[in-house]
Amino acid sequence: MIGLQHYLTIAGMLFVLSLAGIIINRKNLILLLMCIELMLLAVNTNFIAFSRFLGDETGQVFVFFILTVAAAEAAIGLAILVVLFRNRRSIAVQELNTLKG
Amino acid sequence: MMLHSILFYVFATIMFGAALGVVFSRNPVHAVMFLVFTFFNAAILWLLAEAEFLAIVLVLVYVGAVMVLFLFVVMMLEVNIEAAKRGLTRYAPLGIGLALFMAIELINVIWLRTGMSSGSSGFAPTPEGYSNTKALGSVLYTEHVYAFEIAAVILLLAIIAAITLTMRKRPGLKAQNVSKQVAVRAKDRVRVVKMDAEKRQ
Repeated sequence: MIGLQHYLTIAGMLFVLSLAGIIINRKNLILLLMCIELMLLAVNTNFIAFSRFLGDETGQVFVFFILTVAAAEAAIGLAILVVLFRNRRSIAVQELNTLKG
Repeated sequence: MMLHSILFYVFATIMFGAALGVVFSRNPVHAVMFLVFTFFNAAILWLLAEAEFLAIVLVLVYVGAVMVLFLFVVMMLEVNIEAAKRGLTRYAPLGIGLALFMAIELINVIWLRTGMSSGSSGFAPTPEGYSNTKALGSVLYTEHVYAFEIAAVILLLAIIAAITLTMRKRPGLKAQNVSKQVAVRAKDRVRVVKMDAEKRQ
């Protein structure tokens, strides 16, 4: 029988993997954004599992709003990325030192 | 119920493999494709948890809009793969070690602290004639209606921010200014000069 603990386990594995991905791919800004999307997916899976476990729809309402805000975040983040690439011709994280003075 | 378990394990395994592909693939386009595949499998897992509305929304909104946006940006920017690959292994042991540590902690909390069988006995069956979409809508438009409208404002904000950030004025671009054209008067353009006629040579 598939229960709460199975969902929590797969969501935890996904979260941990995306955390490792953020540390490993920290040179590439696009991959960082994608790892954050994966993290949000893991958190949403947790919310849905608890919502099903408790028989309460409020958890799914949370997922709904997280999806909305994540879509807005992705749009603005990618717009910033495009502007950055247009100005610097590069999106490497280690070259973003304009503010260092 | 046996079929349910088999489906869960199959799609959870595929999802984890696709997530591994996102993290470790060299090519950003491949990474985006793996991410799309991960979202599809996650939608199936949500369906198995009887969250049908959100599973469909995940496919429509995330795969249909956000991931396509990612794909556009990845294809638009010429990312230097060689440069991104350099220094990959330097922080890999730290990342993997941290991930393993966190995984052990999570397994400890989820499985060992709670006892092996307390939460793994399966979800309680939903009542007859239960509709997930209907239940979600009846909560969303009554209790959470203000949050719903704030979410709409956030989306509007995202539209305006993305457009103002990425719109650029090209230098030397020839475009007509309609209001200036309409507002022009004859006396601005034509100058009547009074002068004596020239003498015949």
